Amino acid sequence: MILAKVLGNVVATQKNHRYESARVMLCESISPEGEATGNTLLALDAVDAGVGDTVLIVQEGWSASTAATGKMGAAIDSAIVGVVDRIDLL
Amino acid sequence: MQLARVIGTVVATVKNESLQGRKLLVIQSLNKDLQEQGKPLVAIDAAGAGVGELVFWCRGKEASFPFKREDTPTDCTIVGIVDSESHVFRE
Repeated sequence: MILAKVLGNVVATQKNHRYESARVMLCESISPEGEATGNTLLALDAVDAGVGDTVLIVQEGWSASTAATGKMGAAIDSAIVGVVDRIDLL
Repeated sequence: MQLARVIGTVVATVKNESLQGRKLLVIQSLNKDLQEQGKPLVAIDAAGAGVGELVFWCRGKEASFPFKREDTPTDCTIVGIVDSESHVFRE
């Protein structure tokens, strides 16, 4: 899983039917220290994350699809599966 | 998934059987400011996208799931069309 910050979301009326009623969130991956890496990605929201939240994103299809839609086998490669409260580093 | 702009089309007469009838599009991934991020890729279309449109695409094995034949050989599939640039909301 990767750490990321939620920047916003995108609206797409025409999309694969498995994305219906899902929220597509615009995220930027961050380092454990919280610095932006400059890489932007989209992830489906499975935990009601909001803008500004630091989140955990799973980037594996089976898990992402199951977490975001309740069923496997959707064309979803990234899903937000947790909202991070705190990161403790050595 | 990533945001991308459709910047072209690809025509390939000779191709894998399960790619028959599929639309091949050249896409350029974009970052949060809709600036280019990474190299252009060739994607299969599963959303009815056309050149110039702002889309999002799915990578990996999952990219073949929209198609009836899940063995469709693709690792990059367009799965949604963003309504417009102003429908990308960010802080």
